[in-house]
Amino acid sequence: MHNTTTRHDTGTNPYPVQLVQPDGRRVLDREHAALISDIGPAELRELYEDLVVTRRIDVEATALQRQGQLGLWAPLLGQEASQIGSARALHDDDYVFCSYREAGVAYCRGVDPTLITRLWRGVAHSCWDPDEINMTNPAIVVGSQGLHATGYAYAAHLEGAEIAVLTYFGDGASSQGDIAEALGFAATWSAPVVFFCQNNHWAISEPVEVQSQTPIVRRAYGYGIPGVQVDGNDVLAVLAVTRQAVARARAGGGPSFIEAITYRMGPHTTADDPTRYRSAAETELWKRRDPIDRMRRLLEREGLWDSDFERKVTERADAVGAAVRTATIDMPDPDPMQLFEHVYTTPHPLIAAERDEYSGYLADFEEGVRA
Amino acid sequence: MITTFANALNTGMRRALEDDPKVVLMGEDIGRLGGVFRVTDTLQKDFGNNRVIDTPLAESGIIGTAFGMALRGLRPVCEIQFDGFVYPAFDQIVSQVAKIHYRTQGKVRAPITIRIPFGGGIGSVEHHSESPEAYFAHTAGLRVVSPSTPEDAYRLLRQSIACDDPVVFFEPKRRYWDKADLDFTALDADPLPMDRARIRRSGHDATLVAYGGMVATALTAAEIAAGEGHSLEVIDLRSLSPIDFDTIEESVRRTGRLIVTHEAPVFAGLGAEIAARIAERCFYYLEAPVLRVGGFDIPYPPAKLERHHMPDPDRILDAVDRTFAA
Repeated sequence: MHNTTTRHDTGTNPYPVQLVQPDGRRVLDREHAALISDIGPAELRELYEDLVVTRRIDVEATALQRQGQLGLWAPLLGQEASQIGSARALHDDDYVFCSYREAGVAYCRGVDPTLITRLWRGVAHSCWDPDEINMTNPAIVVGSQGLHATGYAYAAHLEGAEIAVLTYFGDGASSQGDIAEALGFAATWSAPVVFFCQNNHWAISEPVEVQSQTPIVRRAYGYGIPGVQVDGNDVLAVLAVTRQAVARARAGGGPSFIEAITYRMGPHTTADDPTRYRSAAETELWKRRDPIDRMRRLLEREGLWDSDFERKVTERADAVGAAVRTATIDMPDPDPMQLFEHVYTTPHPLIAAERDEYSGYLADFEEGVRA
Repeated sequence: MITTFANALNTGMRRALEDDPKVVLMGEDIGRLGGVFRVTDTLQKDFGNNRVIDTPLAESGIIGTAFGMALRGLRPVCEIQFDGFVYPAFDQIVSQVAKIHYRTQGKVRAPITIRIPFGGGIGSVEHHSESPEAYFAHTAGLRVVSPSTPEDAYRLLRQSIACDDPVVFFEPKRRYWDKADLDFTALDADPLPMDRARIRRSGHDATLVAYGGMVATALTAAEIAAGEGHSLEVIDLRSLSPIDFDTIEESVRRTGRLIVTHEAPVFAGLGAEIAARIAERCFYYLEAPVLRVGGFDIPYPPAKLERHHMPDPDRILDAVDRTFAA
């Protein structure tokens, strides 16, 4: 085990963990570098590909919304490193409880890309079968999933399963009572859960200062939960600290808290207009900290960049993007009778009567079609 | 054996814990203390801290973590200590527990039982005597039940825990000390479905619908009415969602008169739904308007005033007089 007492137990370190600077140079931090000592040239290139593919999924979905193919989309633009670094720290049998902005995590968990937009197109309230990728569907009520993760983790702990559960939430959700309660329950139960806060600086129009007057990670210390701040635009640093927290959970060490400092470069959702509440200068500043540019500079500095690699990554992103686009456009509207499906697990007289009545009502229209 | 309502519930949970290793109990003070009403007495001693869990004092936390446990395959039975304390958990119940099966198109189930001691009659302080059942009956995805007898306390709780849908289970706290002679094993073999109402007293002049703590009150009223020459049929709903309208309709077609009583405020309460459905289904059989006898549309009053607020046999009989005067 790596001794990280200083940063993890007291939170006195004023600087977030960073392993790569925005210009692509490595940071000398032996303690955290040791956690990713197995990440060689091939793995660095894979992480870069993950970042690029994630951005392509996100940009594609945003475009689909602008073209009327999706009702809404919550862009993750700028948060790719937080998502890829954390998701790639997980084992297959770990379980993820996400928010609604984690398409990059879903990609890493192996989701079929053609399912990612189902919820956002409005054909269903969920995207994928959670048990197929050990990841829940988007949680729309912010912070609610922290408690679910804690309960799931405790149940796994009671079984004796050596897994970690990781829950994503944002700086806005950190104000929710459910997150506070989850921290308390997780600490009391020593539940194997990792609280992963993507502090992207904005909760729609509210800057993070509205949510907290101290670094969000400090909330964890009051519950006796160790925590760490990490540069959320540095995929290697995020991978390192998440591996540490996941290992701790899997080994029975209890909960941890990670605050990834990142930036929501796009709007909250496609229905939002950030120009109403933040300056172009701020957006420009964070553009210079773009997580994908940083990883490219690292690869260039370390002699891992060439046109073949670039082409291969572009082709992969193009293929995934095309799959998302085609699947979205081809999704048929659900049959009206799906309204009444799965409200209960067993037959329910009220639902059955309403289904029959509405079915008969629809049948009265010419050719069974209601305008 | 002679058993109390509270002990019937205790036995129901004990047998569920014995039969299914996935069942866990969660709540505030339910372990070492055995619950503020002693309903879970001795269960933690016999089944251990990991199956009978004293939780932190946070209702949203109880239901939210129970939901996570259910996703991992457990079957949590949660106690909310008092009716008026359920509201911090309302979001988790309504937005998560009730909707997950629909949200995931049947892929995920939340077989959670939420036990809530409810209603007045014990002279307690504010937030300890409320009847919030309509909020939950209004929510698609939840089943809502309320037993009125020790027999149903046992049977409905066993059925609720075994049910793959989430169930909100309202326990009429003023009946916890009622006694009955029960054979629990025989009850296990009794197939009466949990969503079926029961005719507690047959009659032919008017139908009186009640549930939970009001059933005994309704039966007292019916007994008095019989002495005054009116034969009342008393229906115990048992299930508040779904409601067994067939049984009510069949009764009203015979009697032509309907009175619904509950402790909850009348406005937008279950009585309103029953009145509307019965008006739709047997308008031409009705000899008089459907009447409701319930709590006033006020916050639950202080203990010294609750006897005015909770319907008693006299207020029910006043409605009986009005239905026959019509």
